[in-house]
Amino acid sequence: MSDAPALRLEDVSKAFGGLRAVDAVSLTVRPGERRALIGPNGAGKTTLFNLISGTIPVSSGSIHLFGREITRIAAHRRAALGLARTFQINNLFPALTVLDNCLLAVQGLTPTKFSMLRPVDRYPALAERARATLESVGLGDRLDATVRNLSHGEQRQLEIALALAGRPKVLLLDEPTAGLSPAESQHMARLLRALDPAITVLMIEHDMDIALEIAEHVTVLHYGRVIADGLRDAVKADPLVREIYLGA
Amino acid sequence: MTAEFWLTQAFNGVSYGALLFLLASGLSLIFGVMRIVNLAHGSYFMLGGYVGLSVMWRTGSFVAAMACGALAIALIGIAMERLFLRRLPATQTLDQVLMTIGFALIFQDLALLIWGGDPYTIPTPPMLSGAVRIGDLTFPVYRIFIVAIAIVVAAALWLALEGTRTGALIRAAVDDAEMAQGVGINVPTISLLIFALGAGLAALGGVIGGGFLGVYPGVDFEVLPYAFVVVIVGGLGSLPGAMVGSLLVGLLDNFGKALFPELSYFTLFAPMALILALRPTGLFGRG
Amino acid sequence: MDRRFLTGAIAVAVVGVLAPLLPSYPLTLLTQAVISAIFAMSLDLLLGYTGLPSLGHAAYFGVAAYAVAILAVDAQAGFVTCLLVALVAAAVTAALFGLLAIRATGTYFLMITLALGMVVWGLAFRWVSMTKGDNGISGVPRPELALPWNLTAPLPFFYFALAAAALAWLLLGLLVRSPFGMSLKGIRESESRMRSLGYNVWLHKYLAFIISGVFAGFAGVLWSYYNGFVSPVDVQLVTSVEALLMVALGGSGTLVGPAIGAALIVFLKNFVSVYTRRWLLILGAVYIGVILFAPRGIVGALRGEASPRGER
Repeated sequence: MSDAPALRLEDVSKAFGGLRAVDAVSLTVRPGERRALIGPNGAGKTTLFNLISGTIPVSSGSIHLFGREITRIAAHRRAALGLARTFQINNLFPALTVLDNCLLAVQGLTPTKFSMLRPVDRYPALAERARATLESVGLGDRLDATVRNLSHGEQRQLEIALALAGRPKVLLLDEPTAGLSPAESQHMARLLRALDPAITVLMIEHDMDIALEIAEHVTVLHYGRVIADGLRDAVKADPLVREIYLGA
Repeated sequence: MTAEFWLTQAFNGVSYGALLFLLASGLSLIFGVMRIVNLAHGSYFMLGGYVGLSVMWRTGSFVAAMACGALAIALIGIAMERLFLRRLPATQTLDQVLMTIGFALIFQDLALLIWGGDPYTIPTPPMLSGAVRIGDLTFPVYRIFIVAIAIVVAAALWLALEGTRTGALIRAAVDDAEMAQGVGINVPTISLLIFALGAGLAALGGVIGGGFLGVYPGVDFEVLPYAFVVVIVGGLGSLPGAMVGSLLVGLLDNFGKALFPELSYFTLFAPMALILALRPTGLFGRG
Repeated sequence: MDRRFLTGAIAVAVVGVLAPLLPSYPLTLLTQAVISAIFAMSLDLLLGYTGLPSLGHAAYFGVAAYAVAILAVDAQAGFVTCLLVALVAAAVTAALFGLLAIRATGTYFLMITLALGMVVWGLAFRWVSMTKGDNGISGVPRPELALPWNLTAPLPFFYFALAAAALAWLLLGLLVRSPFGMSLKGIRESESRMRSLGYNVWLHKYLAFIISGVFAGFAGVLWSYYNGFVSPVDVQLVTSVEALLMVALGGSGTLVGPAIGAALIVFLKNFVSVYTRRWLLILGAVYIGVILFAPRGIVGALRGEASPRGER
């Protein structure tokens, strides 16, 4: 096992027309680290996630996953390399059941997804893994519910389940507590704390308490640029950060 | 293949492209604002032609034929949009598109019912018949007329869009309807205006086309793919795209038919395939 | 799942038992309905399950039908040869067209498939040396199989078509319940999520497109033998539109819905044309009515499901 960082961004920029949504961002995340990515609205955080996951191409710079450059690799192949993400706005399969949603996630990185003449329920191993993942996020009793009918909180849980189902090595969480009530947020925080420590987690989060509770390391983005990057106490004390973001 | 052949074919291609511009520009703008593709667009062309035919029979005035054709079908377009398409939620664009198919079928059958199954040609005014001779080449006056009309319409649209306040509102709505609505632009009214304009233009094309292509059952579904190829090549929602696209398609189709008559729609296929391979959203499109 | 299979099997059996009791005209309608059902189900795979609205599906139906007609009439080829060549022709056409169409989504996809369908129509019309143009190819003989029954008679041919339809339904049924089938549903619901889960969305859509084209071609083969005559009408836009209506009326994403929709349209069409020539007008009005009042189609409404077609 090399000591390559789990995720490394080198001078990554993204311009939309004249607007630099992401401006020369460099960051390094070590394996197993929990990193919070914070910043005001419009700071470019979700755009950065989209660049890392391959949803949109970079304008310049490079992205490396465990030492391997993935800058031009298609999104679905990045998933095969161990990258998973959740979405800020629920991106689920609304007409399908919770179990089917997770089954899709489980089979995504297996050759089974091309099997055409055997019914899905002839693959018990996949179903087991799906059930187990759903249990781990607390949806074990909602397997047959249609996603469209789930509460927002349950949908956020499913978001995480789908990302975890593929046993990722690097997990990008985009505002996992978005739209959750305080009680639901606490539940989500427990879930996040219980994540396998071997997984590298990069998390965008607006709820500062949860973000700083889960992550020891914080990167602050402002107008697409990194303005602070370090251990949470140092970042909390940084005068620039306090002025711009924490509102002190 | 003499120079004469190439020049004549090029001219024919340009005049056909001019007709296609009238047909396709409306389709492109409608998509730009409303994000739906009106599959009854070919029907507007056909109905315009039939109405123009009847008006021509009644009054003998080609101008009246053009005006009535464009106006009548614009009204039909307004009715279709207001009374039926509006009833579907804006997000269900596929359903809206499928609904326009229903209308296309109804229009086709109504036309058959009212005007019968025989093909007609709209009798053109004597002023527009005959040909202009330049050297050894003859250029039919009617085709020159088509090109002239298309240029006038293109210029008028361009000026309206770029030079007037309404045009600016329309451009904003075509660019990003949601944003435009958000800053207070009355997008539903603009959609209606564009829809009526598009229908009227297509109908105008039908009247004019009726003078040299003819008006007959089935012309609606025959011109529809041409309109589509123009907007696919040019890019949906773009006026310059519609101009360039219609010119390209007109020329390619004409040369294709002259050189390889057995391959028919294949000459549509080639430019479309090429453009799609290089730029999936069309030459000027916004996707 | 097994309940649906059982219901379907019973339906096929009932139809099979009742068929000899039917007078000849309803029997021919039923044969047409069964062949159209295969065509409609093939489109459902693409539209209902993958979320790709194709308006040019008659292209693959027609290519296969013409292949059979040309081989059977000009080359006196046997059934197996005709079937294989026709299916390969449909597959190749779908593979070629898919390369162009699959890059597009939603409305663009609709327009491109429509234009491609017209290309095939244009070829059928103008490539007179191959297709005999507007006149069409007539005299397609019924297949001669090593069976004790003569397929030139209506009842044996009906059973032949019914068996083919049952086979198509079985295969498609297995496909939509397989992991691949489920991945198509996932693509319909959210392509972006599927990509982030590791699916090569383009490839899945492309495969679905080709498979769908092959089944459409299968329907075309049967149609050619049934009708004995193939013409550009079989490839025209209205044919693709009718297929779309069959799927919408029956309920997209259900497989059996489109089959029922096909039967309804065939009977409606023939019933209506006894009383009036305004078949297209009524079809259009029915279409608009279905979109406005029954967007989930008949089967969808019966099952009480929400529309499988997500917003686009």
